[in-house]
Amino acid sequence: MNTLPVLSILTVLPVAGALVLFALSGQSKSAVRWTALIFSFLSLALTLILWSHFDSTSGAIQFQERHLWVAPLNAEYHVGIDGLGLLMLLLSSIVVPIGMAASWQIEDRVPLYYSLVLLLQACLFGTFTALNFFHWFIFWELSLIPAFFLIKLWGGSNRSKAATQFLVYTMVGSVAMLLSFLAIFLATHKFDFLDLAAMAQNNQLMPAVVDKLAWHRFTPQHLALIVFAGAFLGFAVKVPLVPFHTWLPAAYSEAPSGTTILLTGAMSKMGVYGFLRILLPIFGPQMQQVLTPLLWLAVATIVFSAYAAYAQKDLKRIFAYSSINHLGYCLLALFAVAKFTGADASLTTEKYAAMNGVLLQMFNHGLTAASMFWFVALLEKRSGGLRGLDDFGGLRKVAPVFTGLMGIVLFSSLGLPGLNGFVGEFLIFKGAFPLVPWATSISVLGLLLTALFLLGILQRVFSGPLNQKWVSFPDLSTGERLTVAPVIALMFVLGLYPQLVLGVINSTVVQMVQHIQF
Amino acid sequence: MTPINYTQLLQFALPEVIVVATALIVMAIDLLALRRAPVRLRFSVAATLGSLGCAGAILPILHAPAQANLLDGMLVADPLTHLVQVALLVLTVVTLLLSIESKFTQHIGEFVLLILVATAGMMFLVGSQDLLVIFISLELLSLSLYILAAFSKRSAQSWEAALKYFLFGGMSAAFLLFGFSLLYGLSNSTSLPHIAAAIQVHGASLNPLLVIAIVTTAIGLGFKIAAFPFHFWAPDVYQGAPAPAAAFTASSSKVASFFIFFQVMALGFAGAEGTASLPHMVRGWIPVLALMAALSMLLGNMVALRQSSLRRLLAYSAIAHAGYMLLGIVAHTQQSLAALLYYVITYALATLGAFAVIAVVEEQKGSDELSNFDGLGKQSPVLSFSLAISILSLAGIPPLAGFFGKFYLFVAVLASTPKPADLVWLVVLAIAMSAVSLYYYLKVLKHVYVMPAPEGTATIQTPLLTKVMLLAIAAGVILLGCAPQLLLKWILAAASASGL
Amino acid sequence: MLLLPKGSAAAARILALITAAAGFAIALSEFLHHRTGEMFTVTRVPWIPSLGIEYHLAADGISLSLALLTGVVAITGILFSWDIAERTKEFFAFYLLLIGAVYGVFLSYDLFLLFVFYEIVIIPKYFLIAIWGSTRREYGAMKLAIYSFVGSAMVLVGLIAAYVVAGSHTTALGELAGYPFSHHFQMLAFPLVFVGFAILAGLWPFHTWAPTGHVAAPTAASMLLAGVVMKLGAYGCLRVAMVLFPAGLGPWSHHVLGLGSWRDVFALLAVIGIVYGAMVALVQRDFKFVIGYSSVSHMGFILLGLMTLNQIGLSGAVLQMVSHGLLAGLLFAVVGRMVYARTHTRDFTALGVMNLNHAMPFAAATFVIAAAASMGMPGFSGFVAELMIVLGVWRAYPLLALFVGLGIVLGVVYVWRAMQKAFFSDARPETSPPHEPMPPISLPERLAAIILISASVLVGLYPQMLLNIVIPALNSPLFAGLRQGSWQ
Repeated sequence: MNTLPVLSILTVLPVAGALVLFALSGQSKSAVRWTALIFSFLSLALTLILWSHFDSTSGAIQFQERHLWVAPLNAEYHVGIDGLGLLMLLLSSIVVPIGMAASWQIEDRVPLYYSLVLLLQACLFGTFTALNFFHWFIFWELSLIPAFFLIKLWGGSNRSKAATQFLVYTMVGSVAMLLSFLAIFLATHKFDFLDLAAMAQNNQLMPAVVDKLAWHRFTPQHLALIVFAGAFLGFAVKVPLVPFHTWLPAAYSEAPSGTTILLTGAMSKMGVYGFLRILLPIFGPQMQQVLTPLLWLAVATIVFSAYAAYAQKDLKRIFAYSSINHLGYCLLALFAVAKFTGADASLTTEKYAAMNGVLLQMFNHGLTAASMFWFVALLEKRSGGLRGLDDFGGLRKVAPVFTGLMGIVLFSSLGLPGLNGFVGEFLIFKGAFPLVPWATSISVLGLLLTALFLLGILQRVFSGPLNQKWVSFPDLSTGERLTVAPVIALMFVLGLYPQLVLGVINSTVVQMVQHIQF
Repeated sequence: MTPINYTQLLQFALPEVIVVATALIVMAIDLLALRRAPVRLRFSVAATLGSLGCAGAILPILHAPAQANLLDGMLVADPLTHLVQVALLVLTVVTLLLSIESKFTQHIGEFVLLILVATAGMMFLVGSQDLLVIFISLELLSLSLYILAAFSKRSAQSWEAALKYFLFGGMSAAFLLFGFSLLYGLSNSTSLPHIAAAIQVHGASLNPLLVIAIVTTAIGLGFKIAAFPFHFWAPDVYQGAPAPAAAFTASSSKVASFFIFFQVMALGFAGAEGTASLPHMVRGWIPVLALMAALSMLLGNMVALRQSSLRRLLAYSAIAHAGYMLLGIVAHTQQSLAALLYYVITYALATLGAFAVIAVVEEQKGSDELSNFDGLGKQSPVLSFSLAISILSLAGIPPLAGFFGKFYLFVAVLASTPKPADLVWLVVLAIAMSAVSLYYYLKVLKHVYVMPAPEGTATIQTPLLTKVMLLAIAAGVILLGCAPQLLLKWILAAASASGL
Repeated sequence: MLLLPKGSAAAARILALITAAAGFAIALSEFLHHRTGEMFTVTRVPWIPSLGIEYHLAADGISLSLALLTGVVAITGILFSWDIAERTKEFFAFYLLLIGAVYGVFLSYDLFLLFVFYEIVIIPKYFLIAIWGSTRREYGAMKLAIYSFVGSAMVLVGLIAAYVVAGSHTTALGELAGYPFSHHFQMLAFPLVFVGFAILAGLWPFHTWAPTGHVAAPTAASMLLAGVVMKLGAYGCLRVAMVLFPAGLGPWSHHVLGLGSWRDVFALLAVIGIVYGAMVALVQRDFKFVIGYSSVSHMGFILLGLMTLNQIGLSGAVLQMVSHGLLAGLLFAVVGRMVYARTHTRDFTALGVMNLNHAMPFAAATFVIAAAASMGMPGFSGFVAELMIVLGVWRAYPLLALFVGLGIVLGVVYVWRAMQKAFFSDARPETSPPHEPMPPISLPERLAAIILISASVLVGLYPQMLLNIVIPALNSPLFAGLRQGSWQ
């Protein structure tokens, strides 16, 4: 197995799929759809094979491939995964078929649509497996293109503005990040994440960078912070953290629902993944220096987005803000872990808990948010494009299965024990509270608000008097039930038996936490 | 002075004698035998005979002794004068052959006679280092040119041009004579080397009379090469004179005049050079010529920008070119002489080509306004191609001869002074101005290739001979540009043999 | 070249294509044979012995890369001009003349020869624009010719001066580069020659010919102009100005406005060019002007890369020359050939209502890819090149790197804006006028677009291919003077 470049194959597979779809452009639409779906299932199968061959006792990087690529830049083709990467691959492979299923009703330029989806998937795989900044960045940036066009060409009425906003925000962040990494490269002649992380742990990285830049108007400390700020900006926009988030609601709500599923389910994880894989190991000390403001940002993200979601009327926007909110928890825990680093052994258990929570939350949120938008897509399809909070009412009476399943998803998102959402959030709060009590306490407010608006949805859409328009609202069809059933089942499984995931990631988490020492 | 007899003299001046004899024969045959024959035939016979005569004159030059000096520089022969004489004769042949198709006059014998006499004048001119002979042959040349300019008797423009030319020419001849007489007064000799020797006696500070002599000589010779501010005749003559006459004035006479200008200055005023390096100019003839050169370049190019008649445009560009070429005189080294000769010969060739095209177009369309050249590229590929080659060569675009001429000239100028920075301002100006000149040259080509031909114009008929000549000229320009060594080899050998 | 076949236009096309393909094939075979990137001589015969001028063609990694670029752009340019109906023969004759001269410049190892070819470029360029161009073609063509000629005049002054100072016996690049010119002389000659070449490379504020020229030119000529001819300028800057007068880059004795050397001055101008070009491109209404100004911006990267004077910046600059050559070619092809030739407008408002992404999906897709590549999307050639340049700049001028970042962001914005407005606008005609059906994108066009895209992706994914020959070239003795000076 190790001789086969599985990860490369995994990345190339969707690209091949996209090319096949182009070749199929003359064929019937359903043929195209099915082909795309088959390709996404192939990816899923491959990921599952990876999962089964993954050595969960080791936190090290596995399935490595490493070749020199651009010598003067010391850029290598270096891929590999640890538990984190594996989890993200799995998530992407699950989310993509859901997204495809939710896009079934798209009639316009079907081959192009599915090709772009597959390309996006390839970029996701690439991002989650790359270990060298150079080609990681290639995928990171390239993912914007399919995402942009998915929004731009198939989106709602404000799609142009939303797509552009999305692109520009992300691009500005990326350029800032690029500049930072160039500065680092200049000092170290390295692009490899693992090497850089190793340098950072030995406390060699920033001194070298600062020394190289040596710009007399700034103190070394400030200079290091500037470099950090560039990289931070790139990820913060992607996650997003609060002041950098304004692109998200527009993009999520304007994108076709199938695309939104991809955006929130998988793409938003790229940001958190970046925080974990890159920012924390490489820029740990700088993160520590500005930890308080960072925590404030995380708290603001949690509370503000929850409140914003509460104030929205459009289901998609609500879930968009809710998405920000959920990822806010991840960052809260992440910053909390960064507060006390390796040398300080006192709160190790808490750190493990928090870190496990982060990973789990990422996976859970991907799953939950994807299904949530899937349901929104169904609502839209049935109502002819309506998705306002007040456009429905009493659907419980005409579509009980629909209501029940969506209710499960909503509760998962809310964090009801027994469902997957609970475990992640619980671990996060359990771990983060001892580490950063005040920030965690304020963040609880976010939980309350989330409960408020999610319950509000249940109430206004599903219960209450039946809106007469929807008397003939069809319930879930068998096909739809079959589509959503595995996902819901997974939610229960993870809620009841989180060990399924935790077992795989635990070694990685231990490795990560232990290696964050400065 | 060693006395010599006439046979010796005739033997020595055999080429010139042949040319003059041919002139007379042509005239005689034309007047006696061919009075009633059609113009075309008469021109053919006359031009062919004239060409043969010139070719005949080349032979003795090639066989003449390498070095000779008669009567203390009255008649000089060395490889350099031979080279220039051959070049002049070749240019004359080309002019004659190109004029065969023209129809502006009935007096063919006289026309060819005048051209040949003028050629003889030029040959004497270049083969002399004596003020008297220089002046006389210059007048022989000038008088022929005045008449040639007026040859199109029915054209008022031709008359006006000739009159202007004559008046200005007369005045400048007066200046020249005045200058020469001052020189004679200063040195008691008419021989250039003697004059130089006499001048040097006076030492560092320049005699005021010498200054006047320098200025007046420069005026007189500057008129011949149409340098600013003695250029007023040029646009009118270029425009008014019949095409072959204008071409002759613009090509051969330029070659001869520049050569003698160089010789008079470099030989006659040796010791009174001064310097033209900014900001420490030293009085002498160099600053005078440098100033003339700079102003010619500026004025010629600037005014040429606004011309709408191709002939006038060429006239102003000729003024500009005179400015560039004056740099070769300013530098006055062997290398710069070689560069100057290369430049002026290729320039003359390109100019001939341009005028030949003008002649054909004018004949069929009535005037040389640029708008008449619209669509020439479609109407006549040969004409347009050779015009393009000539014009681009004048503009100094590689790989044509004009480019190498400029390049070599500028190299020679910079290399002439111990410190290359001394004359760099002139070179910079010249190169900058040649960049400006591209504008109007391209304007011509724009009319030829870009503008569509006006509705309903027929294709232009070009006589076969003209076509052949044009292509030959174009080929020459390209060849000399691609392989400058062909000509340069001769020039350099001659220049170093002459010891100037 | 094409004066002989009096036959049909088709013959002219095919002959042109064969010639261009042959040129490319030769360059490619040399590329395959000379992987070391060191200088090797192609032809060397005495030309004008009395002046020490030789006809010496030679290539090292840099010139070889650019020769390859020329080959690709030439071939695709012909493919994109396949249906030129008017004066076909002449068109291709001028076109090939231009290509030949460009090859000549890239391969000359003798300064005189290089200059000869450099000037030859001007004339066919003028005619290609003036005869087959569009909007204000005569103005654009003349402006271009005059700017080029002024630039080459400056170069000529510098070259003649260098030749004379070095004793007037050789114009061989290698020998002159080894001649110890005085510091003072280099200080004067460097800016002169550099600016002379840089005018053609679109250095701000001498760039104004570029947009008008590009806009006026017919597609194939724009492709060559932006793709190759502007590279001549940059190549000259590197190959002549910087190699001959390395000391000219050294520090002045005093600072003026915070600038301490010509290097600082030109770096600053290059950055201004990057940002200014991008900003102007941002507000254009004419599609082709956007691309024209984007060329100014991208060429700024090249010049900036040159001024970094470190290996990574310089090799990045060479890479960017190749990359921009390919991409500018592609962009102009889409705008001029695919869009303008079919819609007869380049105005965004007019294009907006045509719903072009439906009307010509291939053009839209091509433009999207080209735009992405042009704004430095990773995976395409532009990214690696700009990355290396920015790295070089980080090393040499940390502060300027921030402005370069700004330039990159602006680059994204203007390209994206253009793409939206032209292809993906939501505006619809108020009354739907009867659209005459647009001719589909033809086979040669598709082929050419695919060639260019593949080339760009190839360079983007495997830049090592070119860097393997460029870097040894930069380490060759020719650049010794430059390395000694302020090489980092």
